[in-house]
Amino acid sequence: MALLKSSKIISTVGVYPSLGALSIRASSWWSEVQMGPPDPILGVSEAYKRDTNPKKINLGVGAYRDDQGKPFVLSCVRKAEAQIASKKMDKEYLAIGGLGDFNKACAKLALGDDNEVIKSGRNITVQTISGTGSLRIGANFLSRFHTEARDVYLPKPSWGNHTPIFRDAGMQLKAYTYYDPKTCGFDFQGALNDISKIPAKSVIMLHACAHNPTGVDPRPDQWKEIAELVKKRNLLVFFDMAYQGFASGDIDRDAWAVRYFIEQGHNILLSQSFAKNMGLYGERVGGFTVVCQDAEEAKRVESQLKILIRPIYSNPPMNGARIAATILNTPDLYKEWLGEVHGMANRIITMRELLVANLKKEGSTKNWQHVIDQIGMFCFTGLKPDQVERLTKEFSVYMTKDGRISMAGVTSANVGYLAQGIHTVTK
Amino acid sequence: MSLFTEVPQASPVAVFKLTNDFKEDPNPKKVNLGVGAYRTDEGLPWVLPVVKKVEQIIVADPSLNHEYLPILGLPEFRSSASKIALGEDSPAIQENRVGAVQCLGGTGALRIGAEFLRRWYNGNDNTRTPVYVSAPTWENHNAVFASAGFEDVRPYKYWNAEKRGLDLSGFLGDLESAPKRSIFVLHACAHNPTGTDPSHVDWMQVAEVMKRRKLFVFFDSAYQGFASGCLEKDAWAVRYFVTQGFEMFCAQSFSKNFGLYNERVGNLTVVARDADNLKRVLSQMEKIVRVTWSNPPCQGARLVAVTLTDPELFAEWKANVKTMAERVLLMRSSLRSKLEALGTPGTWDHITQQIGMFSFTGLNPKQVEYLISEKSVYLMASGRINMCGLTTKNIDYVAESIHESVVNVQ
Repeated sequence: MALLKSSKIISTVGVYPSLGALSIRASSWWSEVQMGPPDPILGVSEAYKRDTNPKKINLGVGAYRDDQGKPFVLSCVRKAEAQIASKKMDKEYLAIGGLGDFNKACAKLALGDDNEVIKSGRNITVQTISGTGSLRIGANFLSRFHTEARDVYLPKPSWGNHTPIFRDAGMQLKAYTYYDPKTCGFDFQGALNDISKIPAKSVIMLHACAHNPTGVDPRPDQWKEIAELVKKRNLLVFFDMAYQGFASGDIDRDAWAVRYFIEQGHNILLSQSFAKNMGLYGERVGGFTVVCQDAEEAKRVESQLKILIRPIYSNPPMNGARIAATILNTPDLYKEWLGEVHGMANRIITMRELLVANLKKEGSTKNWQHVIDQIGMFCFTGLKPDQVERLTKEFSVYMTKDGRISMAGVTSANVGYLAQGIHTVTK
Repeated sequence: MSLFTEVPQASPVAVFKLTNDFKEDPNPKKVNLGVGAYRTDEGLPWVLPVVKKVEQIIVADPSLNHEYLPILGLPEFRSSASKIALGEDSPAIQENRVGAVQCLGGTGALRIGAEFLRRWYNGNDNTRTPVYVSAPTWENHNAVFASAGFEDVRPYKYWNAEKRGLDLSGFLGDLESAPKRSIFVLHACAHNPTGTDPSHVDWMQVAEVMKRRKLFVFFDSAYQGFASGCLEKDAWAVRYFVTQGFEMFCAQSFSKNFGLYNERVGNLTVVARDADNLKRVLSQMEKIVRVTWSNPPCQGARLVAVTLTDPELFAEWKANVKTMAERVLLMRSSLRSKLEALGTPGTWDHITQQIGMFSFTGLNPKQVEYLISEKSVYLMASGRINMCGLTTKNIDYVAESIHESVVNVQ
């Protein structure tokens, strides 16, 4: 059979058969390559797709859905796209650091228009491949230039992809107490205790708002104490802000912690994503900022970021950044965007309230207050892995093993069924 | 005291700095023969007509959204892109042993391939496996493999500056003396920066040595269609190696042949021994992608997939590609004949023998410097020119400038 195949190949190309070609078919370079496990978060969506149950619900990946359970393309995005299409722009390479109009607007959005950092030019903001790409560039930068301390402290728990990103970049991962499973809330004292022991110059990762996966955020007065302690310990702050606008519905409120830390003198690293708040998921729109001592340092840092970026993907994709920049820089569209973000956040808040109401209706006697207190796209239900498994197997409700559900996947139509399922596995 | 006080200023990427300097030059006669992007005879970027058409189709379709693509990318893009490289009827595809990863441009495809090889090839995490890149090569090749962790990136002989042609015996000699299992980065066609490709017979010899000495084949295919104007012709080497039974990678870029530079459209085609090996390889590549960019951008991939899978649009695309390739060929013959007419010292047939976007003129660094500072004709220090920067309006000026630099500067 193999011989017949070879001669077919040979006649196509017109080359005399080489016996060497036949014997090489036996072995592979890749015999020792193991099967990689499915991604814990993205793997959930894939399992959901395979399920044939008509009542199935996908509460896995954090992508916003409207009340019909459909992906939502923002109206301001469609308008921006139409505007861009009419301009008939070329497709020339962007600079390594990305679209200038986008970078400026991205920094302003996070830090505030009038921020002293922007005015003095002491920040460098580069366009990145959404939040992941931003974190990766940051991790690579730290790995190369922050050599006195190799440890990155993540809150316990954190987004599942944080650990592999920093590890792959050559950093070491440690953790500080964050979530209190007893209250399904913030373990403030536990966090302060752990942070007070972190060695100087270590990197501490903070979720700016709408903590992923718990939905538990510190209050402003708590943030203030954390900022002071972090300064005392001389730690390097890395903020991950993937949900600005999405948490409270107000972009300034959601950026409060970032701005406060900067005001207090922390020269932070910051990752931003526009996947959720502009619904630009697949366009991969993000930013990475380093707040430096001064403009001269910012220039040096910028030159090094370019050296890191060039051998990964040369320069970033235009489409999403252009859409985001158009929205951020066009007053009408910007206003419309703020309204739409507010709308998305509100729908989530409504679903939280509905879920709790339905759980009570089902007869659940458990305390579900945390579902309402938590903020942003995700809810840390408190469900244990075995309960999650039952919920998936018996009700076709897909979520991550840690008990995290994406509230964005909850609708008025499915919230009753969901409450039924959760009640069944927890009573 | 800042944590970044010790961060040194890095030197800028040469080709981008060149364009920057060009932009700032006030000379109205300036010509940019630097970065590799196609230009029309008006010296303007060209959005392919078929791309404009498909963009309208996409914008007008209310069913399309901006949701995440799978980690490995848009399935229709991956498979149709691999078919372009390997051929619609490739036996390897029929045998289900071809897969792909949508990546951010050709750079991204090279990087994911490099990251995979560093982890899984020639033992685990064997960072000392030599990686060979041609002398000269695209300046980013070195950085891609070095950043992926390979400690030993070396040149293989390729360009013979005296002959202004391929140093085949040097190339074959380096293949013979390379440690077994070394990785070789091969340019599928339209070698960057020399424009000098091996002939079919040359490639057959290369393949024979690589097979015998168990060397790894990693093709970089950034100009398919652009070199000769014909997709099949430009893919001959890649397809030949597949018939020879290699397990190999091919990093494809759609930046030039689709003019989609800034949308970052690339594809890493993987040819494996069998479907099982392929599956495991892709699963590990997924993990690498997840910690690099999670999933790739959708716009460019969608454009390419729609075009490649619709017979009419596909035909229109091939015609657009031919238009670009033919303008380049016209500029080549034009430049050569003008230099010969001027009696510029030296021989200039290499201008028409070389293929693709670039020409290695043979000008030395001093002559290049002269061209830049005295004539505002911008080209790389290596003497590489982008033929696309030439137009019927500036070609006389460029020819005269080259003539001047050769006569005045030695």
